[in-house]
Order: sequence, then structure tokens, then C-alpha cells
Amino acid sequence: MTRELTCIGCPMGCELTVEVENGEAVSVSGNTCKVGENYAKTEVSAPVRTVTTTAHGEGGIPVPVKTAQNIPKDKIFEVVKEIKSIRVKLPVSVGTVILTDAAGTGVDIVATKNVE
Amino acid sequence: MREFDLVIIGGGPAGMAAALAAKLEDIDNLIIFERGDELGGILNQCIHNGFGLHTFGEELTGPEYAERYIEQMILNNIPYELGTMVLGMNENKEISIISRERGAETVKARAVILAMGCRERPRGALGIAGFRPQGIYTAGTAQKLVNCMGVVPGREVVILGSGDIGLIMARRMTLEGAKVRAVVELMPYSSGLKRNIVQCLDDYGIPLMLSHTVVDIKGKEKLEGVWVAAVDERNTPIPGTEEYFPCDTLLLSCGLIPENELSKSAGVELSPLTNGPSVDESLQTGIAGVFACGNVLHVHDLVDFVSEEARRAGLNAADYIKCGTTPECEPVEVRPGNGVRYTVPSRIYCECAEDKVHIRFRVTGVFKGAAIVVKSGGRELFRKRGRIFVPSEMQDIIITRDKLGGVDSPIEVSVEEALK
Repeated sequence: MTRELTCIGCPMGCELTVEVENGEAVSVSGNTCKVGENYAKTEVSAPVRTVTTTAHGEGGIPVPVKTAQNIPKDKIFEVVKEIKSIRVKLPVSVGTVILTDAAGTGVDIVATKNVE
Repeated sequence: MREFDLVIIGGGPAGMAAALAAKLEDIDNLIIFERGDELGGILNQCIHNGFGLHTFGEELTGPEYAERYIEQMILNNIPYELGTMVLGMNENKEISIISRERGAETVKARAVILAMGCRERPRGALGIAGFRPQGIYTAGTAQKLVNCMGVVPGREVVILGSGDIGLIMARRMTLEGAKVRAVVELMPYSSGLKRNIVQCLDDYGIPLMLSHTVVDIKGKEKLEGVWVAAVDERNTPIPGTEEYFPCDTLLLSCGLIPENELSKSAGVELSPLTNGPSVDESLQTGIAGVFACGNVLHVHDLVDFVSEEARRAGLNAADYIKCGTTPECEPVEVRPGNGVRYTVPSRIYCECAEDKVHIRFRVTGVFKGAAIVVKSGGRELFRKRGRIFVPSEMQDIIITRDKLGGVDSPIEVSVEEALK
């Protein structure tokens, strides 16, 4: 089976052609760099994304956060739900872990802004 | 009157990168005026990732990218005043400012860097029929409400325009529990980056309706829904194709306009093509010692390119302050040719230029297998073939000094289309 993908690794957005057998990529073309090849391989087998959102800080102040690594795409809503369920103690700085092992993904959630 | 060697108007990514570059060239008597309560500008509300691949070699969110520069401001003792609105400027570089701390004040600068950024095209500029109900926002306003103020403006959303902020907000509203019914785009192509269509729309099953537009708005006090219709090749709605989308929120992502009220007040000549100042290759405007960079100059799609451009503005402003020289040669006009909407700069001092001259521009449509060609008279100065050129991606080419020697007729940048 052949799949056409657009790489999301950088703003170039290379158009990728992936030959897929048994849910695994056997060949990737159209990519400019290694990022595209890796993206195609995970995208056809187990797609992942970095998720960014805001958490509720004390006093109703939103705290911008992200997943420290990529998480499985099908866990996005679960992860966001768990982030929304907590109240973040302030102050935080860039990189402060506000939640560990979000929704059982093994990935931590970190603040992306200094918030006082 | 306070006097500065360099005043930078705007403390967003452009202002900070320009200030840092000038400071590292030993311009110590400088200041940034920022109207907001913190440095970073629009980056503070852009909490998504994708920033910094060029500048830092890693993918950062907007606030993280801003934080890297804010750290540099503090580390290098670069002074800035927040909550400070610049009200006007004249051609003598006297700048009127106002702030809570200092009240109204006029300061004088030897050099100025314009780094005010851009603003979104509002509903009033779009000419959509219907009442003015509550529930219609520009995408950036909604972004600020959600990300900085913790308020989600609605539950059922239609987005008009497929600029990057619109695409990003489609995903953002979805993650906040809203239902985004469609992104409606007048043109036959999206004005946003391809990666954003994949990760903001496709990932969440949000339809992108190309060659469609909003033709009517229902609701008087509160938005109830919008009528969407297909358009023909002249962008005119086709009767009979109307479809009704109930919604309580309409977000507008219909283009960005450089914010140049201040430039105008100082008499800086603007380019009708970019709505930003017309500049030479050193990013100097028509007024000696006034430079422009970032989105106030022309709208960028990547902050990394803003930072790089601003760094050059900072270096050139430092040069101007130290040497005060104006080029001794005559400038040559740079103009857009076939398939090119605008160029920055719009003139080059070919005989006095630096080793590398950047020309940045956008193409007018989607070109596959075409080449970018730069010519002056009959002479070809530059040629680059590319797999695909699209309007959503700003092009950046570098022409080396040796190619520019002796160039005296207008320089034209054009797209040479592939033979069919």
C-alpha cells in the first residue's frame, strides 16, 4: 500500500510517499532530510504529536504547557483532560514539571513560560 | 529631554533581536519601548510549538522562544520600558511616549528601529453582510482570550480564512472542547503552512473548504450561524451553493497588516505592496537612521526569519550610529516581476552593499518545478530552481556582492515557470 503524507517536522512541509507493508514503512521518498524519513515511519505505524495547551494556575492564571516529548496521537484528548484536572502552584518557570506520566504515556508535562 | 543613541519601538521578537545585535556592537545608550506588560510581544500568546528550528536548532513554543531572548536582554543589561506607548515620531527622530510611571514625555534618538509588528485584518475590512452580533473575533484575539486570559469564547466555531493563526486556533479551540465545524478559505489554496493543515485540521477531522467564503451572518445580538458559499475563479459567490453552519463563534484569519501609523507620522515612505516601509538592503527606510524589521516591514511566516532580519537591522543601526555614513553610490530599484508579489528591499546600493544581500519576497500563486530568477537589464544575477513555491512561504535569497558590481538598471525578481 502507498500512502501520501505531508511531513510536519519543519515548516517546509515535504510531500512524502511511503510504501507500507503490514503497518510498517518499507520505503520513504520525497523527504529532504532524515526528519522526514523518521516522521513517515512513525506516522504509518504509531503516529505521535507534541501537545501544547494551558493548565489552570492558581488564581485563574493560565499556565502554558507542553508534553516534554511526543505522545501517541490517540492519547491527545486524555492528556489534555488530565492537564485540565490539576491546579498548578505558582510560580513556575520554563521547564518546571507540572504533571508526571500524563495519562499513562510516561511523558511529563512542563511549563513553557515563567509565570508568577 | 532624554537622548538615546538607539530607540527600538516594540519589544517583540524583532525588537529584542535588533537590540541584542546593536548592544553586542557596543551601542550602550539604547532602549526598547514596549506597550505591553512584558517583553515577547505576540509570542506570549503563541503557546504552540514550531518556533526556533533555525535560530536554536530545536523546536520551541512561542513563550519559550521569547524567554531565550528575554534572558539575553537581562544578561546584556539591555534597558527596556514596559507599559510604554509610543504616540508619535517626527523626521528629526523625536519620539513622544506615554507611560504610567513617567507620564507624557518626548525623547530624542540618533537612530530608530521600527519593530511594531502587525495586526489582523478586522471584520470591517472584509465586507461581510449581516448584523454585528457578539461572537465574531479575529483569530488572534481568540488566541489571547484562550491562552493568556483563560477564557474560551465559544462552543461551536467556524473559521474564515486559513492563515496560520486560524489553523492553530482550529486545533486550540478543539482541545478546549469546542466543535470547529469548518475552516473556510476564499482562495483555491491555503495561506497557512502545510504542516499546520496536517496537524491542526486533518488530525481532528476539521474540513478545509477551499474556494468558499462566508456570505451572510445570522444573529442580531448573538451570532447564530453563518452562510457559506462556493466562489468562482473571480472569487464571486456562486448562487445556489449556499450552506448554513450553525455556530456561536466566527473567527477571522484573513491576513495581517503591518502596523505603520508611527512610520507614517514620521514621514517614512511606505510600500503599497507590503504596507510596510520601503527600505534598502540595510533595512534603512527613506529617513536616514530609521530602520525597520520584522512584521512591521513585511509579514513573516517564521519568527526565526524575523530574528535574523532584526539582527541585521540592529547591526546596520549600530554602523549608522558609529559612522553616520550614507552610501555614496546611487541606489538601484528592486521590483517584483512575473509571479512575485513584492520584494524587500525595494532598492539596493549595489556599489556599496555588504558581502551578502538578502532579497525576501512572496510568490503570487503555487508554482511547481519553477525557478527564481533575478535579472538586471539583460544580466542574470541569480537563479534557483525549486520543487514548489507557494504564497504561504516567504522566500529568502542571498545575492553575493561580486554579482552586484556595475549593476545600474532596475533589478527584477521573477518566477520562471516550468515548460508545460
